[in-house]
Amino acid sequence: MTDTLPAAEVDAALRPPRSQWRDVWDQFKTHRGALVGFTVFATLLVAIVLGPWLWPKDPQFIEPDAVKMLRLRNLGPSLSYPFGTDQLGRDMLARMIAGGKVSIAVGLVAMAISVTLGTTIGVLAGYFKRLDGPLMRATDLFLALPLLPLLLVMVMLFRETLAGLMGPELGTFVLIVFAIGITSWMQSARIVRGEVLALKEREFVLAARSIGTPPRRLILRHILPNVMSPIMVAATLGIASAIITESALSFLGLGFPPDFPTWGRLLFEGVEYMQQFPARVIWPGLAISLTVLSVNYIGDGLRDALDPRIRGR
Amino acid sequence: MLTYTIRRLMLAIPTLFFISLIIFLLLDLAPGDPMSQVPLTVPPEVKAKMREALGADQPMVVRYALWLKQFFVVEPSHILDNLLGTDLAQGSQRILSWQSRSPVADTIAERLPQTLTVIGSSYLIGVLIALPIGIYSAYRQYSWFDQLGTFIAMIGFSVPTFFTGVLLIVIFSVNLHWFPSIYDTTLKVTDLASFGRQVRQMAMPVAVLSLYNAAQISRYMRSSMLDNLTQDYVRTARAKGLTERVVVLKHVLRNSLIPVVTVIALGIPTIFAGAIITEQVFKVNGLGALLINAIYANDIPMVQTLTFIFAVLIVLFNLVADIVYGMLDPRIRYD
Repeated sequence: MTDTLPAAEVDAALRPPRSQWRDVWDQFKTHRGALVGFTVFATLLVAIVLGPWLWPKDPQFIEPDAVKMLRLRNLGPSLSYPFGTDQLGRDMLARMIAGGKVSIAVGLVAMAISVTLGTTIGVLAGYFKRLDGPLMRATDLFLALPLLPLLLVMVMLFRETLAGLMGPELGTFVLIVFAIGITSWMQSARIVRGEVLALKEREFVLAARSIGTPPRRLILRHILPNVMSPIMVAATLGIASAIITESALSFLGLGFPPDFPTWGRLLFEGVEYMQQFPARVIWPGLAISLTVLSVNYIGDGLRDALDPRIRGR
Repeated sequence: MLTYTIRRLMLAIPTLFFISLIIFLLLDLAPGDPMSQVPLTVPPEVKAKMREALGADQPMVVRYALWLKQFFVVEPSHILDNLLGTDLAQGSQRILSWQSRSPVADTIAERLPQTLTVIGSSYLIGVLIALPIGIYSAYRQYSWFDQLGTFIAMIGFSVPTFFTGVLLIVIFSVNLHWFPSIYDTTLKVTDLASFGRQVRQMAMPVAVLSLYNAAQISRYMRSSMLDNLTQDYVRTARAKGLTERVVVLKHVLRNSLIPVVTVIALGIPTIFAGAIITEQVFKVNGLGALLINAIYANDIPMVQTLTFIFAVLIVLFNLVADIVYGMLDPRIRYD
């Protein structure tokens, strides 16, 4: 005769263990601001991705008939043009959707470049003692550069060349994304270096090294997974600052070409008409601010959720 | 302390050289030409002479050395000549703008007061707002005041200055007609009425920049106060019967201000760059607007000089921040 365990205990024993990401998500949910930010950002993303299907108007479409075009200019909000039209009679809602696609794409790609660069440099500087001095000197040097003026100069110098090579849209995109990426990696490099320096002295690294793990695998398998949380926080905040930088460049007229809307570009074009049509600057500005605000709140929540010292409580 | 300062100054020199090289090389690749503003009717041999006179036909190393000499030797001696009436420069070639053909330093000196009044006062106001907010939010952590402060600070650094600026213009100058939307640089403050006009035209750009600066500094102040409020010396001070006012405003505040002062020093050069956007929004005729116009006009000497001045400011205030930190905090000893 065998003892039978109560059903509840069997269930508890058979249930798969809670994963780390489940815990992180549970903690993330308790941060109200982060949850609201997450919802807003997800809504914006969905609107931008599904927008072209739900609102199938061409953002570049200008009425070819001159008389009709003149009548369509600078309309207020109506059923057929919920956000009104611009000075050439183009639909503002379609332009906002198209602009959001570019702005968020720039934010994501620039963040990816900057975080990859920052992580690589941070890990190399933290892990290899020989590289620490020169790499950190270089980081300090980059931190001492006046970044916004240099970004403006870079865009001015290379815009035409790259536009000739890859076409105006792709060329500007690549240029802006790289320019933002290589001027914003320093913070994440510093954070990652600090983490790696601390991790390197831990027993599990010593254990891995003593069984003969080569440095490459030690970094990829043992160190990188452990520095993931600060990298993720830096990446989230990086999206926000990349979006702001891109819109600032566009706002100063050194961003994307005129017929290629981004939120910053729409704001820049709206400024000329803001006396008569203030809505023209409010919508793109609101979109930028909402995106950045929600991304910053997500970063805040992630920082708490990924910190195991806070998570347990 | 002195040896540390000297060592840091020595280290700053190669940094500055390296930055100047980066800026020079980056701009040297520019497709811009000093002769692009010269009329087409000028014959090519005259153009070649003019190019020679500007030193634009020399190899890159020579031009870099020339530019360094102009920046570090010629321009300072010209400035000294103007101030003291000496003749150190002896008519040597200055850095000339390709747009106006006048010395770059003169144009910068013309634009500097506007930037300093607007940026300087906004930074000052930002700091003055941020410190009390930071102190009170830390003292009453998680109170409604702290929550509100956190939210406003989050808005402060999430909403870009070009949007807050435009929003203020739409509300206060287009709809309410309270403030002018364009900054009038020619306004001279002579009496009370013109002073009032100056204050009114400064109100909006200063408000935009102070919100942005206050958002950041108040956060630093808050976290620094929070770090200190839980320290043992605070408990001791309370236990020996000091009033709450003395404990918070004397013991805690003094210690929490140490990191904040360095943050304030570090922020000074970045606000110059941030001002590029605000100056553009409110049409303030300052250094930022000068840089943007120079970039549009391919005026390479002007862009080089301005960018390098920004870099010098960053290096300088990094140094100041470190030294001030060492002076204020007796736990930090560099030697």
